[in-house]
Amino acid sequence: MTDQAWMSAVLNAARPRAIAALVRYFRDLDVAEEAFQEACLRALKAWPTNGPPRDPAAWLVMVARNSGIDHARRARRHSPLPDDDRAVSDLSDHEGPAVERIDAADYRDDILRLMFICCHPELPATQQIALALRIVSGLSVAQIARAFLVSDAAMEQRITRAKARVAKAAVAFETPGTVERAERLATVAAMVYLLFNEGYTVPGPGSDDKSALADEAIRLARLLLQLYPAEPELMGLAALLLLQHARAPARIDANGEPVLLAEQDRSLWRRPLIAEGLALVDKAMRHRRPGPYQLQAAIAALHAHSVSAEETDWDQIDLLYGALERMTPSPVVTLNRAVAVAKARGPAAALDMIEPLAVPLTGYFYFHGARGSFLAELGRTSEAREAFGRAISLARSPTEAAHVRRELDRLSQTATAG
Amino acid sequence: MQYAILCYHDEKVVCAWSKAEDEAVMAKLTAINERLAREGKLGPVARLLPTTAATTLRKDRDPPLVLDGPFAETKEQLLGFYVIEAASLDEILAIAKELGAANPGGSYEIRPIGYFVDGSRPG
Repeated sequence: MTDQAWMSAVLNAARPRAIAALVRYFRDLDVAEEAFQEACLRALKAWPTNGPPRDPAAWLVMVARNSGIDHARRARRHSPLPDDDRAVSDLSDHEGPAVERIDAADYRDDILRLMFICCHPELPATQQIALALRIVSGLSVAQIARAFLVSDAAMEQRITRAKARVAKAAVAFETPGTVERAERLATVAAMVYLLFNEGYTVPGPGSDDKSALADEAIRLARLLLQLYPAEPELMGLAALLLLQHARAPARIDANGEPVLLAEQDRSLWRRPLIAEGLALVDKAMRHRRPGPYQLQAAIAALHAHSVSAEETDWDQIDLLYGALERMTPSPVVTLNRAVAVAKARGPAAALDMIEPLAVPLTGYFYFHGARGSFLAELGRTSEAREAFGRAISLARSPTEAAHVRRELDRLSQTATAG
Repeated sequence: MQYAILCYHDEKVVCAWSKAEDEAVMAKLTAINERLAREGKLGPVARLLPTTAATTLRKDRDPPLVLDGPFAETKEQLLGFYVIEAASLDEILAIAKELGAANPGGSYEIRPIGYFVDGSRPG
């Protein structure tokens, strides 16, 4: 690894903590970011000669405050800067007792607040994610634009608008109370999960850029867990992302086609991610405070444990989906449960389970796909054909459609053979 | 003399490595490990999962207390270790420097081992 790669890894790792502290100090995202940029430039000059500081984030905060104050003065902001009892008067690039004092500040709530600011409820999900990637993760506008398959200019505009909107929002800068902290955590966890899903993709243009989003989501989930190490739902979230991401190399075949879980080459799954995910599921279970992320992670863990789809403990997966249904009732959860039920108790039970979903999921590709395969298994060929046809008409991509067409072909072959 | 090399690094930095960077570091370290193994100097080597996967047992009370997370919150975390046979502190320092060059950043704590059971070898 070159010096430069190492330096950028350090700056990147320090970023969330440093930006979070600067936002609390300046109460303005743009000023905080600009000040951080300047501090990074000074770090790139100073560190190779002086050596890296013992606490890079604290060093960056101190230098950024120094440069940022000038910017804020130039901008003649209406709101006066807050009086800070930890004000650093005689700033220098050297570490000193001042750095220790900054470090002693409660940066946990700073980082949580920073992430929470990006999750403003008025912002559509895609804007929340884009803002978090820009502000918290420090991805460039061009990187984010590539991942969302839009032009740089469009993404720039989207982020500028999102920033303007959150700037008007009143976010409390006081240390949050227990209930408020729990609410913020839940909101931020949901954003991280959305970010991961944005990166969880089918092959196609920009799939590498998209997969970077999944990496970023895992980084944020680990960060949240470092801040709040005893929160079982955060363990569940991190585990869920790790276990799903572990399958990424097996999800796409040599021809670039998606591969279903049942047909994946499990030797391609990334073992270290699985080990970490399983360890986190284990840790979370000990708390006996189940939640939706933990349940989904437990389901993913059962898949990770199984050497093949046949060997999978479908009864247990059925039970876990049942618990998830009770906690977060949704037709899509029931549909997923039905897939496990089909394996555990047979296609007839699965078909019964999904009949009530016909109305709510009438426009849902996966509903008709799953219904088609249950019917096919039951030998109700013409109904299965109809369901698959409906699925194809609802497919959002040629690959989705192609997959159902293969099911249809299989159906014709079985019919001929029979 | 057997030594433990305890590897400390900021895990936020190590976790921020891209897959390619991580693999490049691991490839260099593996090359050194293989040579040490041929020379009969290499004992167990472990890379630990992130401290978020850690659980701590405080056994200074009864019953012991189970806590989530690492034992101590530090700026650099224990991320792995080597057990290596070396004739002298000079030799183990030379080996540690070689490993360090393949894996920049962080620190190695070199500790002579007082008692060692190789559970993998019966008898």
